[in-house]
Amino acid sequence: MSTTLHPLPWSYPDDPELEAAEEDVLSPEDEKRYARTQLQLMWLRLLRNRAALVGGTIILVLYLLSIFAGFVAPYDADQRFDAALYTPPQPVYLLDDGRVYPHVLGLKSVVDRETLRRTYEPDPYTKIPLQFFVKGTPYNLFGFIPLNTHLFGVPDHPEMGVFLLGTDRQGRDQFSRLLIGSQISLSIGLVGVCLSLVIGSVMGVASGYYGGWIDDLMQRVIEIIRSFPAIPLWMALAASFPPHWPPLQVYFAISVVLSLISWTWLARQLRGKVLSIREDEYVLATQLAGGSDARVIFKHLIPAVTSHIVVIATLAVPNMILAETLLTFLGIGIRPPLVSWGTLLQEAQNIQTLAHFPWLLMPVVPIALAVLAFNFLGDGLRDATDPYSMV
Amino acid sequence: MLTYIIRRLLGMVPTLFIVSVLTFIIIQLPPGDFLTTLSTQAASAGASMDEGAVEALRRQYGLDQPMYVQYLTWIAGWPRGDFGYSLAWKTPVADLIMNQLGFTLLLSVLALALTWLIAIPIGIYSATHQYSWGDVALTFLGFLGLSVPDFMLALVYLFIGAFIFNASVGGAMSQGMESAAWGVPKILDVANHILWPTLILGAAGTAQLIRIMRGNLLEILGQQYITTARAKGLRESIVVNKYAVRVAINPLISVMGMQLPNLISSATILGIILSLPTIGPLFYNALLSQDIYLAGTILIMISFLLMVGNLLADIALAWADPRIRYE
Repeated sequence: MSTTLHPLPWSYPDDPELEAAEEDVLSPEDEKRYARTQLQLMWLRLLRNRAALVGGTIILVLYLLSIFAGFVAPYDADQRFDAALYTPPQPVYLLDDGRVYPHVLGLKSVVDRETLRRTYEPDPYTKIPLQFFVKGTPYNLFGFIPLNTHLFGVPDHPEMGVFLLGTDRQGRDQFSRLLIGSQISLSIGLVGVCLSLVIGSVMGVASGYYGGWIDDLMQRVIEIIRSFPAIPLWMALAASFPPHWPPLQVYFAISVVLSLISWTWLARQLRGKVLSIREDEYVLATQLAGGSDARVIFKHLIPAVTSHIVVIATLAVPNMILAETLLTFLGIGIRPPLVSWGTLLQEAQNIQTLAHFPWLLMPVVPIALAVLAFNFLGDGLRDATDPYSMV
Repeated sequence: MLTYIIRRLLGMVPTLFIVSVLTFIIIQLPPGDFLTTLSTQAASAGASMDEGAVEALRRQYGLDQPMYVQYLTWIAGWPRGDFGYSLAWKTPVADLIMNQLGFTLLLSVLALALTWLIAIPIGIYSATHQYSWGDVALTFLGFLGLSVPDFMLALVYLFIGAFIFNASVGGAMSQGMESAAWGVPKILDVANHILWPTLILGAAGTAQLIRIMRGNLLEILGQQYITTARAKGLRESIVVNKYAVRVAINPLISVMGMQLPNLISSATILGIILSLPTIGPLFYNALLSQDIYLAGTILIMISFLLMVGNLLADIALAWADPRIRYE
């Protein structure tokens, strides 16, 4: 029985990979992979979710546009062009006779012989060149840097303007109003969510950790708040703001009203989470080692539920944006001179106006886009917060 | 089961009481009262109201009484079906709201039914054809339905109806039909007018249900008893419809409890935008004119509907799932 053993390719004794495996030593790549922190794992999982990435990018762009709204918008929100009421959107033409010459077409007003209504038509013979970094209406960047440079504009035609998305009843540029309105609409969601995060986390963690009568009381309070219908309750509260309040105070009051209901969702979910974590050994260990309640809560419980807080917050922002839009649309939300997306939609309230000037419906697009983006990102974050689960 | 229902109903009484107190406080929050609003309006119209007459009216309506007296007088009438007196309409509140509440409920229940009729077959399709083109397209549509709120869908609907189809949109029936006697043409007209609002109202809920149904069914189709059913040679249609779907539907019933309140809330808003006779327009105007009893009654009534909706959903869940015991 003397057969020569032909060494198989995977059994060379001097194969370094094999030796490593036998000794249970990880390759540098593997070692790196296993040593990743939870945060790195979450980030990697998020990067794999394309919808969440697209959503996140859209949100980033929207917020950047809103921060630099004064610069990107050619005009300010209340600038009227009396000669250009209800002008349709003007498309930008990049080329002219083969050379790069960004321009818009001038408008000539036409009166319909039957209805006697004045409408505007693009005039192919007046080409208004689009200029960049032009001086225009002064504004404050970030609220405190006075500037008057705008990204683009048509300084040579001051009586006419450039209206990428048309104008409204008073000849105000809808593109500029959308950008400036986004500052209110996009920020009120964040302010409201921050408020409900503070209330909701305190209440949720306290009621989950302490239990007993604190928990009972909290559950009753939440139950009562939840037995109110959300939208009618918001309407009743928003309608109760005195008319003499300054617009900024109304803005904060509205974010308070919106967070009044939304904190209950966060509190309920966190309570459930904390209830299960409270029973974990490491919490018991901390308590046995003499750690105070504050230490357990801030050092162990809050970090353990942070990812859930982030997810819930992300998914709560779009609801707040929508609620503000709705209240303002109904005329009991943001008040002039502040402008929000809801203010713009007010212009679209009338069927007759809408039928003649369909571009007034345009604000629906950024609202839907923002909401969709936040939902996609929130969904992705929810999947990513549990990076050890299988996909 | 019966004791459970009775206990839940009794449990609603204290909640309703607290809700009514809070509602009354919220409704009273704005500075001034109905008569201040009225005289401001008169002043802006150029007329002026006699101070003495205003005071007399205030006394007559009981608006000069302390708040808790006003509340108690108001709430004392509730068991008799007397919800107070609408100052703006000069009619008892009960006469004003019943029709509108009924219509709100009708619209919400129709939307709920439609939601289920549409969402469950689509959910089943999506789960049994996972990652197919149809599934991807439907998932995207679902996300869209979830993201575009109904009041914006309503605006888009108004626009499409008025501009593209040149049809009569808004309202519960065409102009000229209000006075017509009830008959087939009138019923068809009303149905035509509320079909789209119902669809708009149900859009968000449908999207949500499709996602839940798809997820549930996918999870259940991977379980061992399904493999067993397939292994013993059952037809796929029976495996899916009789074995999997039945179990997958249960969680949807508890979702229904959350959906009905949302629907009632949204129906209120939709009424304002599409000028439908839901409770919305009445509530909105009552809030603006500080017609306290009308606004308060409506808010409490909607909260009540909401609680009943939750109770019905719980009962339905217990009835559909024998594993759930209510003791």
